[in-house]
Amino acid sequence: MEKWPNNRAWLLVLPVFVIVAFSAIIPLMTVINYSVQDIFGPNQAIFVGFEWFREMLADKRLHDALWRQFLFSGLVLVIEMPLGILIALAMPKKGWGVSLCLVTIALPLLIPWNTIGTIWIIFTRPDIGLFGAGMNSLLGIPFDHTARPLDAWITVMLMEVWHWTPLVALLAYAGLRAIPEAYYQAARIDGASAWSTFLYIQLPKMRGVLTIAFLLRFMDSFLIYAEPFVLTGGGPGNSTTFLSLYLVKIALLQFDLGPGGAFSLIYFVIVLLFSFIFYQALERIGKGDKV
Amino acid sequence: MKFTLAWMEWTVPTAIFCSTIIAIVIAMTIWQTVSPSLERRGFLPIPTTPGDRLFIGILTSVYIFFAWIGLTQFSPWILLGIVVCWVLVVMIWG
Amino acid sequence: MKGRKKFVGLAIYFILLLVPIYWMLNMSLRSNADILASFALYPKDITLMNYMNIFTDSSWYMGYVNSMIYVALNTAISLFVALPAAYAFSRYQFVGDKQLFFWLLTNRMAPAAVFALPFFQLYSTVGLLDTHIAVALAHCLFNVPLAVWILEGFMSGIPREIDETAFIDGYSFPRFFITIFIPLIRAGVGVTAFFCFMFSWVELLLARTLTVTEAKPISAIMTRTISATGLDYGLLAAAGILTIVPGAMVIWFVRNHMAKGFALGRV
Repeated sequence: MEKWPNNRAWLLVLPVFVIVAFSAIIPLMTVINYSVQDIFGPNQAIFVGFEWFREMLADKRLHDALWRQFLFSGLVLVIEMPLGILIALAMPKKGWGVSLCLVTIALPLLIPWNTIGTIWIIFTRPDIGLFGAGMNSLLGIPFDHTARPLDAWITVMLMEVWHWTPLVALLAYAGLRAIPEAYYQAARIDGASAWSTFLYIQLPKMRGVLTIAFLLRFMDSFLIYAEPFVLTGGGPGNSTTFLSLYLVKIALLQFDLGPGGAFSLIYFVIVLLFSFIFYQALERIGKGDKV
Repeated sequence: MKFTLAWMEWTVPTAIFCSTIIAIVIAMTIWQTVSPSLERRGFLPIPTTPGDRLFIGILTSVYIFFAWIGLTQFSPWILLGIVVCWVLVVMIWG
Repeated sequence: MKGRKKFVGLAIYFILLLVPIYWMLNMSLRSNADILASFALYPKDITLMNYMNIFTDSSWYMGYVNSMIYVALNTAISLFVALPAAYAFSRYQFVGDKQLFFWLLTNRMAPAAVFALPFFQLYSTVGLLDTHIAVALAHCLFNVPLAVWILEGFMSGIPREIDETAFIDGYSFPRFFITIFIPLIRAGVGVTAFFCFMFSWVELLLARTLTVTEAKPISAIMTRTISATGLDYGLLAAAGILTIVPGAMVIWFVRNHMAKGFALGRV
């Protein structure tokens, strides 16, 4: 299907452009301005050139946080995408169960992010939490996310999977429901196994929603802040200090706008590059499948 | 309250930088409105329009900038030359 | 047999999903001394003291009202501007369409921490600080792109012959769009509204930055309660439960629309 070429379509896009540009471009330019200056207070700033970029790019703790972040986002995608699809496949297609499933699944998504952290503090505390105390006394496995880095990682991953797998599941479910019954009938006539039905019918048809899910999960997990901040505060040590947590340490707690600005821009450009690559790749795969 | 933009902390170099980018984007829009270009394949792995190539050129330039600043002590002016050449290369052959 | 395996798997998942929430509910019904003294799977002597503590603090109600107002505003604005834009992206080819689309998505990618300060100053400059509309507009930054993205998917599923027929029949664009096209993608609008509601409701950093007292969201008020009382787990849990309630209520009311939307869904 060729789209109609028409530049007047810009008029329809204009409101979106204006409303987003207002909140996006002015702050972005301000952060660019921050990043080349040493700012002491209102109207007291020295131009320092690329000094902050040099400092931030050489910052050992930033590198550590970056690798940690990649590991985290990678794990998130590897766990949540298949799990979400699996849940969507298991959900009932009609009847009273549909509403029940949707409501239950959407519940974690509607909890404010700092409350998510609170839930998991209470749930995993080694003394009062069901998970923490259960691991310690029932199973005899020592578990303490405030003292042991590995436990902290497990807790943050569990929280993340618990919190966001529903998003993947909901989107995948929407995609599955959009597949016309005729496709399944054709598959049954051909005697296709469940696995090949999934591989050749369901997966290609879910491409659009899975692209959205994948990119959303990548961006949001890469920018994760509130939940680990409440749960672990980046500790023990620096073991769960993800990029955002480190950025906040620099920018807000030490109130260093210059390095904070440079850090933000580096951060932003990293997310931008990966999102661009994923977006292009997922679009291309789809075009191959559609034919 | 007085309407002021002092909080944006403008400096001359960043003002020049931002207006250059905006000017390039506006120029591209006018060029493509007057004579739209088709997608084509160059040395980049995907078929692109001039707009895509501009975006890719600028995004990769930022990474060249990071590498330059992070790894070397040379003058940023040399970098400017390299980046301009690189964007042109991507625009023409990409 | 296969159906049963699916059912068991799903049931296990739902139990795991609900257990952490149940645990917080359990904590919220016990006093702090009781929580620290003994480990119990369910509250033995139920106390509503934690909730009473919170509700005697008058600023709590207003937190709910504030959150609800800016979330509703944001959802309305997002849908209002995103509907025509999504139509343009799904039907027309225009200069910079693909670039514009990707640029919209990039607005979800900026780390909020440092951008919060320019936001604060931008909205003070235009005199909107501490108003609901400021938070609603700021949340448009990430909700409008998402709305455009999801709606575009739904709209692309509607055959273009419908548009052509309507235009031949002499419909003007606004009339066609409002009376024919939007009803066709009603379900999609519902799903989009749900996602806008959700992301605006749970966002904390920008909402907290842009408000002082008049429009303070519920989640920010909760943070204050925590810091003021130190480690009172019972109170913390009660505050947490109270921030979940409105979201759970909304989702309960829209459950049937959601089921319909997802059933027709062509995201």
